[in-house]
Amino acid sequence: MSDFDIRYVSRLARVSLTPVEEEKLGNQLGLILGYIAQLKEVDVHGVEPLAHAVPLVNVTRPDVPTGSLDPEAALRNAPARSNGLFVVPKIVE
Amino acid sequence: MLHQLTVAELIDRLDRRECSSTEALDACLGQMARVEGQLHAFLSWDEADARRQSAAADAAIASGVTRAERPLLGVPIALKDVFCHQGQPCGCGSRILQGFVAPYDATVVSRLKSAGAVVFGRLNMDEFAMGSSTENSAFGPTLNPWDIQRIPGGSSGGCAAAVAANECFAALGSDTGGSIRQPAALCGIVGLKPTYGLVSRFGLVAFASSLDQVGPFTKDIRDSALLLQSIAGHDSHDSTSIPAPLPDYRKALTGESLKGVRLGLPKEYQVGGMDPEVTAAFEASLKQLTGLGAELVEVSLPHTEYAAATYYIIAPAEASANLSRFDGVRYGLRVDGSSPEEMNSRTRGAGFGPEVKRRIILGTYVLSSGYYDAFYVRAQKVRTLIRQDFLRAFEQVDAIVTPTTPTPAFRLGEKSEDPLQMYLSDIFTISCNLAGICGVSIPCGLTRSPRLPMGLQILAPPFGEATLFRVAHAYEQSTPWHRERSPLS
Repeated sequence: MSDFDIRYVSRLARVSLTPVEEEKLGNQLGLILGYIAQLKEVDVHGVEPLAHAVPLVNVTRPDVPTGSLDPEAALRNAPARSNGLFVVPKIVE
Repeated sequence: MLHQLTVAELIDRLDRRECSSTEALDACLGQMARVEGQLHAFLSWDEADARRQSAAADAAIASGVTRAERPLLGVPIALKDVFCHQGQPCGCGSRILQGFVAPYDATVVSRLKSAGAVVFGRLNMDEFAMGSSTENSAFGPTLNPWDIQRIPGGSSGGCAAAVAANECFAALGSDTGGSIRQPAALCGIVGLKPTYGLVSRFGLVAFASSLDQVGPFTKDIRDSALLLQSIAGHDSHDSTSIPAPLPDYRKALTGESLKGVRLGLPKEYQVGGMDPEVTAAFEASLKQLTGLGAELVEVSLPHTEYAAATYYIIAPAEASANLSRFDGVRYGLRVDGSSPEEMNSRTRGAGFGPEVKRRIILGTYVLSSGYYDAFYVRAQKVRTLIRQDFLRAFEQVDAIVTPTTPTPAFRLGEKSEDPLQMYLSDIFTISCNLAGICGVSIPCGLTRSPRLPMGLQILAPPFGEATLFRVAHAYEQSTPWHRERSPLS
């Protein structure tokens, strides 16, 4: 796959890679993409895509309030928290 | 020894008051103390919590709670490290979930508990269930109890090794492309992947949501039916769970002849690279099945050769979306950065292992602008064709039989540097997930030297679990393989 740009795609995926990883993963993914490219041989004319194999659509629950995780339980695993909120690095200067 | 019993045998002893749940748990813990140093099937276990559950089960048995009310009362069962078990760590074999403690129970965990099971232990796995050997666990591989130079299969390798070594009476795992059936085959036990939609995925950490399904690892097929009965059925927390009543799977364990049963033999599954002993064991199984009265019919699944390529587009695509939740904000590891994006990228770069990175990046690529139609949508269309192949075949036959894997357990490190070869070790199991049907692997033989288990895979139409149980039970009743135990058992 000549147009596969490991730096661009790993940035889209929000995964930082070391130069060694870029080289190794880039080569391995090149081989894997070569393998999966064989799907181009298949005649899919007029075939509908299948997202999942369950014959269910528009599954809803009754529109009534139910319990949910309490805020303390939801925050217990947070790497950083303050005032009942998750803390992240500054987004706007 | 208690730990060597099947679930059904243990239940029988418990009900006759010949042993207690506490003794059964002690037997497991004793066996773990003997073999864990060699196997590394468990990532951790909470002995005090397990003892509390066993004591409660013993009290319930003494107070007259019946088996009908709580079918698994007192039975120690372990979990792959992929299920939320309230108050216990859940790490998916990954560093990115370090320190995470589950705030609620997965539906299958609460069902095991309401059935009275003693739920304990986190079993090792390939990180986020991505792999076929457990070598992708961030905490080191699990080894095969039949030969500790070899892998137990994966991704649920800890489950298979633990049950095969009698460290627990049964275990729950997950199967996205073979992660229950392949390790069960390589460790010589029974592994069931139920039909997509039969068992709730609520509280199962998602890998590929349209393919993931929960299922049991057991020492024989009767136990498999027993566990499925307790964990299956509609759950309003999972919108892909089918709202239909459950059949009584025990009724399928007739042990009767297979007269009138038509078994399909897919001609496309005669691939190169098959181990001759696997081929011989499979052919012997076919002879056994026809001897039991089954009729063999050649069927065609013409898109088989494209299943692996389809799978390695769809599964990574879904994984790349699902694993976006591991961003350093709400749980697990965080590596600081000057912006949210830098924090996210550094966290994920440090927290995920190589295989997970490979798949996230592959999935991101096949979903990215300009490639979405060429890869992802095309793969979804081929998936339709694969499903149609199976549904057509099932118009002619009741079930399909194949070897579970092309080879017995391979050596540690043998395929870990070649991801594509590793992917192709799942060649017989992945179609089942793409098609949304059900499948089981049962032991069907041992290689000569070293003695390594091999598996027979039986596939049935959607919600055809009773057919799997019927065929597997008849086979099991007439063969010795499910009674063979590993040297570390």
